[in-house]
Amino acid sequence: MFLFRLKHIVRLGAKSLWMHRLRSILTTLGIVFGVCSVIAMLAIGEGASQAAQQAIAQLGSTNLIVETVRPPEEKTDTGGGQFIDEYGLTYDDAESIRNTIPDVQVVVPIREIDQKARYLTRPEVAIKIIGTIPWYTEISPVRVSRGRFLSSVDLQYRLAVCVIDDQVARKLFAFDDPLGLDVKIHGSYYRVVGIASPPAPAHTTASFGTNPPAAGETSGVVGSVYIPLTTTRCRFPEISARFTGGSSSREKVELQKITVKADSSEQVLPLRDILDALLDRLHEKQDYQIVVPLEQLRAMARLKRIYSVVLGSIAAISLLVGGIGIMNIMLATVSERTREIGIRRALGARKRDIIVQFLSETLLLTLAGGAIGIILGSLIPSLVTYFGNMPTVITGGSLVLAFGISAAVGITFGLYPAYRAANMDPIESLRHE
Amino acid sequence: MAVVDIRKLSKTYQLGSVQVPALQEVDLQIEPGQFVAVMGPSGSGKSTLLNLLGCLDRPTSGRYYLGGEDVSGLDDDRLSLIRGKRIGFIFQSYNLIGQLNVVENIQLPMFYQGFSEQASAEHAEQLAVTVGLADRLRHRPSELSGGQQQRVAIARALANDPVIVLADEPTGNLDSASGAEILAILERLHSAGKTLIIVTHDTEIAARAQRIIRLRDGQVETELANEN
Repeated sequence: MFLFRLKHIVRLGAKSLWMHRLRSILTTLGIVFGVCSVIAMLAIGEGASQAAQQAIAQLGSTNLIVETVRPPEEKTDTGGGQFIDEYGLTYDDAESIRNTIPDVQVVVPIREIDQKARYLTRPEVAIKIIGTIPWYTEISPVRVSRGRFLSSVDLQYRLAVCVIDDQVARKLFAFDDPLGLDVKIHGSYYRVVGIASPPAPAHTTASFGTNPPAAGETSGVVGSVYIPLTTTRCRFPEISARFTGGSSSREKVELQKITVKADSSEQVLPLRDILDALLDRLHEKQDYQIVVPLEQLRAMARLKRIYSVVLGSIAAISLLVGGIGIMNIMLATVSERTREIGIRRALGARKRDIIVQFLSETLLLTLAGGAIGIILGSLIPSLVTYFGNMPTVITGGSLVLAFGISAAVGITFGLYPAYRAANMDPIESLRHE
Repeated sequence: MAVVDIRKLSKTYQLGSVQVPALQEVDLQIEPGQFVAVMGPSGSGKSTLLNLLGCLDRPTSGRYYLGGEDVSGLDDDRLSLIRGKRIGFIFQSYNLIGQLNVVENIQLPMFYQGFSEQASAEHAEQLAVTVGLADRLRHRPSELSGGQQQRVAIARALANDPVIVLADEPTGNLDSASGAEILAILERLHSAGKTLIIVTHDTEIAARAQRIIRLRDGQVETELANEN
């Protein structure tokens, strides 16, 4: 019986909506766009936040990253032509950190150099050399897929070995097996001892937290080549030329980064203060900065909350507008169908029967709008990903939310017109032309 | 026992600050199976009486017993139930629902009484056949002539096997041929034992009725019993 009623009501609602197709479609558009924007915005927001969180998480939530930054330009030292601008982190810094801070588990000094690599006579490939120590694997999610990572023997004897990542391997060796082959970098040969999978695509990490490497450009860099830190120290000069607006100056930077790993995430923030105090004593200039991924993760979470509130209010407003549009149309429908209401009342319909009828019609309209909105809203993020090159993630929760919202809008804005319909005087409505 | 028993029934409308008496202390008893015509000039209270008899309105004072039950003080839901179950309406302008076909229109009163789809559809088809619309079951009202539409309305009025059938100028919008057909159907109902109350100007209909009640200024002016 209940099903029969429901079927009857839905069929009737669909019929009357179908009779006014254009009107129904126009009315629904408000909901369609509302729902559509809710889903699209949530997907884009979620995508951005996940990408950022991933990027930050890759830096390691228990890591503290001390980076070399070029100190603010000093006007006074422009006189000397052969002046070498010396700044940044040093091997001594790494040593001091290791020796003075007890809570530190791992201290990994890192040198980054942009170079070109070549195999036999094949074309040169731009790479980034990461000069580091074997414990690099502790602070980075880098995985060795074949061969091995750098060892302490490599480090001790300054061996000319390297570990290359997937992309470099593919670009440099194509179909040859790189293991055991020699790569030529900066005039010397390095034997490939391992192949690593890089932590993530470079472009997602670039914009977050860490500065671009101090020396040179990163664009065009295919991937990373890991070489023992000691080897890089004796084979690559620390002094490089820098050109700024016509004049050139030279600068000397020993290390680009020192990554410090804390025992647990509770120790991260105290450790930051200790590190800061220590480095402040060792450095005259502010030529370093401490990046704490954990803090960034927390800041991201805060940002995401704000973002959600802003998006939520925009979506709420658009749905409100859509809902008002629906209410307007339903009021018009009710007054158009006054006579029908009178007939139904005369034939035994109670007030609540009339309410159910009009409410379900509104609901039908909004749910249809919601469904269309969900379909469109699921398409838009993929377009954004495709054309805008932005990551998007549609969560099941956002679909449920959108559908729930459109149902809620239907009920909220359908109630008043339905109530009006139910409370019309049967005699009056029967007389209505 | 009278199926309709009205005692000192009055209805007063409030028009602004003026009180307009539409019906004044009307007494009326109608026995089961009677065919009653209600006549009178416009403004005499015919429509008011019909609305009260049809439980569409509540009296200002007085009592109305329908089938022995006092319905003069019931709430809206109870009145709706009584309209659906015990009263069949036939209107001058048919009042069918345009989006529904013949069978669906006839099903409507059963729908509100909670009949199943199948049972009500079968019954509706049966009724449509008895009023001569066997070949029009799936047609919309707009595809039917006036006489056919009124026949649908009659079938609909009979859907829940009502205690009384109220008709308001049932032939008022019809040509004489269709009017005669409708009248024939109504007579058939009467001879099948239905209680019929028809408001009409048509002396032809009145001539077929057993009783003619003439209203004037909200009161029963004369009451005639027809010989035939």
